[in-house]
Amino acid sequence: MTRIDIPELALVALVGISGSGKSTFAGQHFKPTQVLSSDYFRGLVADDENDQSASADAFDVLHYVAGKRLAAGRLTVVDATNLQPHARAGLVKVAREHDVLPVAVVLDVPEALAWERTQGRADRTFGRHVLNRMHRDLRRSLGQLAREGFRKIHVLRGEEEIAAASIRYEKLFNDKREVTGPFDIIGDVHGCRAELETLLETLGYALTRDDSGRPVGAVHPQGRTAVFVGDLVDRGPDSPGVLRLVMGMAGAGTAICVPGNHEQKLARKLNGRNVQLTHGLPETLEQLAREDEAFTAEVRTFIDGLVSHYVLDGGKLVVAHAGLKEAYQGRASGRVRSFALYGETTGETDEYGLPVRYPWARDYRGSAAVVYGHTPTPEPEWINNTICLDTGCVFGGKLTALRWPTRELVSVPAAREYYAPARPLVPVDTKPDEGLDLADVTGRRHLDYGYGRTTVAAENAAAALEVMSRFALDPATLVWLPPTMAPCSTSTLEGYLEHPATAFADLRSAGVGTVVCEEKHMGSRAVVRVSRSGAGDAIWTRTGRPFFDAERNATLLAGVRAAAGKVFTELDTEWLLLDTELLPWSAKAGGLIRERYAGVGAAGRAALPAALSVLERVAGRGLDVTELRARLELRATEIEGYSAAYRAYVQPTEGLTGVTLAPFAVLAGAGVSYRDKDHGWHLDLADKLVAADPVLFTPTRRMVVELGDPAAERAATDWWLALTAAGGEGMVVKPYGGLGETDAKGRLVQPGVKCRGREYLRIIYGPEYTRPEQLDRLRQRSLGRKRGLALREHGLGLAALDRLAEGAPLWRIHEMVFAVLAAESEPVDPRL
Amino acid sequence: MLLTVTTTHRPATDLGYLLVKHPDKVHSFDVPTGTAHVLFPDAAEDRCTAALLLDVDPQRLGAARGGRKQQSAPESFALGQYVNDRPYAASSLLAGALAKVFRSALRGESKDRPELAGATLPLEIHVPVLRCRGSAAALFEPLGWTVTATPIPLDDVPPGHPLDGDSPYVDLTLTGTLRLADALNHLYVLLPVLDDAKHYWVAPDEIDKLLRAGEGWLSAHPEKVLITRRYLAHRRSLAASALEQLDRLDPDSVDAPADTATDEEAELPVARKQSLAEQRRDAVVAVLAESGATRVLDLGCGQGALLGALIKDRRYTRIVGTDVSSRALDLAHKRLRLDRVPERQRDRVTLWQSALTYRDDRLRGFDAAVLMEVIEHVDPPRLPALEASVFGHASPATVVVTTPNVEYNGLYEGLTGMRHSDHRFEWTRAEFQEWATRTASAHGYRVSFRGVGDEDEKAGTPTQLAVFVKEEA
Repeated sequence: MTRIDIPELALVALVGISGSGKSTFAGQHFKPTQVLSSDYFRGLVADDENDQSASADAFDVLHYVAGKRLAAGRLTVVDATNLQPHARAGLVKVAREHDVLPVAVVLDVPEALAWERTQGRADRTFGRHVLNRMHRDLRRSLGQLAREGFRKIHVLRGEEEIAAASIRYEKLFNDKREVTGPFDIIGDVHGCRAELETLLETLGYALTRDDSGRPVGAVHPQGRTAVFVGDLVDRGPDSPGVLRLVMGMAGAGTAICVPGNHEQKLARKLNGRNVQLTHGLPETLEQLAREDEAFTAEVRTFIDGLVSHYVLDGGKLVVAHAGLKEAYQGRASGRVRSFALYGETTGETDEYGLPVRYPWARDYRGSAAVVYGHTPTPEPEWINNTICLDTGCVFGGKLTALRWPTRELVSVPAAREYYAPARPLVPVDTKPDEGLDLADVTGRRHLDYGYGRTTVAAENAAAALEVMSRFALDPATLVWLPPTMAPCSTSTLEGYLEHPATAFADLRSAGVGTVVCEEKHMGSRAVVRVSRSGAGDAIWTRTGRPFFDAERNATLLAGVRAAAGKVFTELDTEWLLLDTELLPWSAKAGGLIRERYAGVGAAGRAALPAALSVLERVAGRGLDVTELRARLELRATEIEGYSAAYRAYVQPTEGLTGVTLAPFAVLAGAGVSYRDKDHGWHLDLADKLVAADPVLFTPTRRMVVELGDPAAERAATDWWLALTAAGGEGMVVKPYGGLGETDAKGRLVQPGVKCRGREYLRIIYGPEYTRPEQLDRLRQRSLGRKRGLALREHGLGLAALDRLAEGAPLWRIHEMVFAVLAAESEPVDPRL
Repeated sequence: MLLTVTTTHRPATDLGYLLVKHPDKVHSFDVPTGTAHVLFPDAAEDRCTAALLLDVDPQRLGAARGGRKQQSAPESFALGQYVNDRPYAASSLLAGALAKVFRSALRGESKDRPELAGATLPLEIHVPVLRCRGSAAALFEPLGWTVTATPIPLDDVPPGHPLDGDSPYVDLTLTGTLRLADALNHLYVLLPVLDDAKHYWVAPDEIDKLLRAGEGWLSAHPEKVLITRRYLAHRRSLAASALEQLDRLDPDSVDAPADTATDEEAELPVARKQSLAEQRRDAVVAVLAESGATRVLDLGCGQGALLGALIKDRRYTRIVGTDVSSRALDLAHKRLRLDRVPERQRDRVTLWQSALTYRDDRLRGFDAAVLMEVIEHVDPPRLPALEASVFGHASPATVVVTTPNVEYNGLYEGLTGMRHSDHRFEWTRAEFQEWATRTASAHGYRVSFRGVGDEDEKAGTPTQLAVFVKEEA
């Protein structure tokens, strides 16, 4: 039996003359979808599998499909004769484009057997001389395959060997997904043996030493594995010492190591190649010269055996010396290796003569964290889920380790500067907001946000883009937008469109046991980010716009900051994100109220008395206008009710005097989302803010209700009636458990439903909506869309907070926030 | 929803004959938007008043709207689905009712009092609530009316209260001695014109209605252009056609004034004939030509004023306009007639929606980029993102930036504040140069400056322009 080893991800080219049994072989060993047959593609483009004139088009499509499969990481088998060098070159090219290994499997059968099979097929009409030529091509091809770039070549000779062959898949060297750590990933050591010893000990490793006291291994009592990002050698005082320790650990299985460009160069030198003796290599060679030859040979073998990158921990972690872009992870090719060792350069050099590195991390959108070294930086910083651990130990900086999966950073300082840097250590010059790419937010996008999945239509994204880029705050500040809120189900109680009874029923049916009824403030929704230091503080509207001018915003935020002192301490956080309502409504919406509401009131209050006075005079003349008069009198009452409703939310403000905030939720703090906190907790903190500054803050009245307790529900209904009778907008009924409350199936429930007062709704549905026939019509309103939107936006917002808490890259937070804005936007044509 | 017509002609009750409504009865008519009532609160020998009261049914208003194609009215909220002033204020609805219930009176016909229908009468018209955009006097006085238009306050509040001030409504009284038919036709045309928010789809047959109702007075009215435009709900082609027909009726007619352009700064005076916008466009075109660029980006292209100039020049083989507003792009697409260009040309010009605060890979690989009057529309804290995306990421060999020179603003009479309501800042020359120099050095460009427009000794030119040229690597 012949065993054929094929990498798990490869492009397999079957090579053989017509009638050699390629299709049969493919059918036996591969899934039908893995096999791309040239016959099939000829049929696709020309309706005839044997139409040789269609070959060029057929291979075009075949290569395209092969490319798509390989990009997605799927093994692909090409069933064609592949006897011509140009045909094979096309396949090698596709394989290289996707950094997978091209493999050739040659089926070599006697020409006579092939001829026999061919004659047995009605659709094969070519003559023997064609087969003869194919056979000659095959003979010629055999010697060329390796030169053409096929990394593995299997030749199966004769019918029996082909029939007996079996396939074994082998993992790529870089695939260590099954190794799950925990890891301590260590940055560029550069011969700083003493610092490495200290770091390992700090991390809890026990060093083992040889007879001369030199460290030759390290073991962690909890079985942790050290991972070296390369550049163990050069520039520093004891490169051999570092190698001895790391080689010992690697040999004992307590460390994994990827090569750096310095190891690569050292190996070339040790292998007798001519390399420039620069960048600290002479020091290393000098140090190695003091070791015996056996050690140097060991070093050479060790470096030669290093794999340029690893995919670890189920695919969640990638380690490579200079980083690795997503398309190259888990792939194998010259350019993958080159990227891993040297990174990507722009071809330019900077003022120190060093190559300018392309900021690949800025573009990185992969889900795997990439941990690397190579570029010295004063402080390691996460950028788009990548982090560089080279903190320039050899230049007098420090040696840094990243603990995985906890992402904790541990450093030890360098004892001294061992080598002068060619350029000063500067922070990575990628600012977070430079990392936002239009492709992160535009077009039709499918989002899996952890609480569900949604599709953002391109039309909505196009509309949101304008708002976001022209009017909203900096995305780095705008970490959350409030979701819209659904009203409670429509009430059938006479005279009411919304009523607490249906609000309670809604939450009960969602499986919620306890709710909190919160007074609904009628103002403008305001999100406040406030910190102890004041840096980065902001207040924004539901569409992400600033509230006032810079000066007033600053004054308002300073007031919040002063009041929040104790809350910062209590929650032990540097900053807070507050969900609030800014009051009065007229402070922000004054123009809107004048234009949209008060004008109608003024017109009605002037027109109806004028009409009634006409009717009075007509009646005085003895004519019967009773019915019309009654109708207009009702209208007059209604317009007064309507006017009273909006007037209740208009109060004079002078600058910020008279402006207050009603906080009702504390959404997040540094490194934490408070979605699991119940509303008692939230409101308690809100009360503390009110207590600290009763002028700036307005309390939120509330009532906790056990659903299903008729007395409690009745009491809450009475409370709502009193609240709304006094001009209040109404209330919001929320699951007491907090923002993250889920139903029995683990799905998010509505974070709250609003239940608005009978008079207030005149502002929404018109002065006359309380008439029975109008109410009946309004009761037909469909709430499904609004509810769906509310729930989706709530989930997207929670996801933004989760990502913020876990320190996710800005684009991951921004795509959630943008999706909320897109959901709230009226679609526009995105084609242009 | 209410207007009254009073006369002191003797016998005043002849008004009933002219209107064909008996003063001692209540007349009710079904109209598409509700019920129209004609009532007589006074019916004496010396004084008779007819009231037209339209009881609007908001539900029917909704139904009528839903059935017809929506016209995007200038005051779209006035037609808000649930909260609107239609049941209270006089408007096109009342005009429609007037036309229906006083049909023969509008035509000046009367079976019972034919001579009186042709004679002038002392009349007083009262419209207690009229939504009034602009001056009622300017429209009614040339027709022989004495006009009293008293603004209705928004609310009864002390001064300084957010609801202090006038509402958009007036209480209108007209007095004069006119033919009743003329008076009614004036109201029929001018009530909707003052309201300026037609509630229905304006079809071409509205031209005939206007010409019929305006017969004898509209063609010589000094505000006929405004009246025609507004009556036809700002549909330009209809208004042009109506005005043309009116002009034929008016021997003294001169050409109607050209359309007021809505372009930014169009109304700012310029010394020479060429507008500042044109000078600026020419200056940018000149810089691009000097740069030798063939593949150019117009970032923030708006409605495509610059693109139009570039398309005409064959040296540009690839022209891309971007804007964040899809509405602006839509207009540019129409203005440049991109759907009609031949196929070969089509690949030359492309419009993309893009936002300058995000990196956009599509913008890489161009020779030159233009930011003409764009940066001042970006909030200053977002400028670094724009710099990174344009100079850092797209990184063309040449970047041309223009922006207003705020020092020049003092020379514009009547200009208070900034030149455009969306400007987030306007810079002095020093401020612009400081920004440009810093941006250039951060991204490897050299920068030079020039002025655009008439130069003032102290204030410089109205527009400032910077040319950034990428330094050779």
